[in-house]
Amino acid sequence: MEHYISLFIKVVFVENMALSFFLGMCTFLAVSKKISTAIGLGVAVTFVLAIAVPANQVIYHAVLAPNALGEGIDLSFLSFITYIGVIAALVQVVEMILDKYMPVLYNALGIFLPLITVNCAIFGGVAFMVQRNYNFGESVVFGIGSGVGWTLAIVLMAAVREKLKYADIPDGLKGLGITFITAGLMALGFQSFGGISL
Amino acid sequence: MADTKEMKKVLFGPILDNNPIGLQVLGICSALAVTGSMQKALIMTIAVTLVTAFSSLFISMIRNQIPNAVRIIVQMAIIASLVILVDQCLKAFAYQMSKELSVFVGLIITNCIVMGRAEAYAMKEPPLMSFLDGIGNGIGYGAMLMAVAFFRELLSKGSLFDVQIMPLLRDGGWYQANGLLVLPFSSFFVIGLIIWAIRQYKPEQVEKD
Repeated sequence: MEHYISLFIKVVFVENMALSFFLGMCTFLAVSKKISTAIGLGVAVTFVLAIAVPANQVIYHAVLAPNALGEGIDLSFLSFITYIGVIAALVQVVEMILDKYMPVLYNALGIFLPLITVNCAIFGGVAFMVQRNYNFGESVVFGIGSGVGWTLAIVLMAAVREKLKYADIPDGLKGLGITFITAGLMALGFQSFGGISL
Repeated sequence: MADTKEMKKVLFGPILDNNPIGLQVLGICSALAVTGSMQKALIMTIAVTLVTAFSSLFISMIRNQIPNAVRIIVQMAIIASLVILVDQCLKAFAYQMSKELSVFVGLIITNCIVMGRAEAYAMKEPPLMSFLDGIGNGIGYGAMLMAVAFFRELLSKGSLFDVQIMPLLRDGGWYQANGLLVLPFSSFFVIGLIIWAIRQYKPEQVEKD
């Protein structure tokens, strides 16, 4: 149990998907204008990550890993295409569920919902899971934790940007430029978690 | 057939006028992580340019056969196959480099530039122009990557492509290395400042609230 808790804390703070590995940056910078949309997107990403990482863990160890299907059969070169297929299917399911039960959130997310498919945070989560050889329990915790970490980061970012609207920023830096610099400062802050060893 | 001027615009436009990172907000993830040294950035640029160019070419060739409902899956399948090719080539011929780039080669699949260009350009235009558009955007992405890597490597290690330009203080030289730029997040600042510079030079890109 202790092991899982420390893994969770580690992926949320020390190895934050958005601010330490810079995954999911495109949506991170593009959708962080308002806190409410940021929370919605964060929840959707967490949900997809929480299912996609364990699902791909099972598929990888049952089918794709070297010698999984039989002696000498190595299908690991198919891994990328399999992961992306699983993720795309999951996003489709999430989209249908949201459309039926939470139409407000569905409309708020708009185009960014299908774009979760190409959100590198999801794919990155899956790739890290394979690279670090997590077992099933660890991959569940890792999936949820990295989703929570990403949500935390994007909500914080949105909060800062809502305040930035009232700041006097040089013309050329408005919008994207200042967002980059803000994100850099936030990443600098998260860097301080780096010294914590669990 | 499009004339040369049009081709030139498609090929070189993305470098300054319509930079994928600076204006379209595409492909940022990898731009931050692989810009620690010029060499990594160069390999990444080549990989992304090849994948974007060929995926645009193939998608454009079959654009009239793809049913609209499944187009994303089809695009993904093409892009993923190309990335697998690149990954296998890197593992075979530059193993050390592929270890250093780690998951970021795989992440080319989810690099929004590839997908974005397929969706925005290749689905509508003929193959040759799509191919050029892919190369153009790859170069635009690469230009930004190389610019960031240039500043980061030069200021943090005093070298370019591992060749020492400014001798470091600890090796008896005169340059005090800037440790901040070793850390990946420093590329946020560098990109932010580059965007500022581009927009100062081309004021029409400035965002209205």
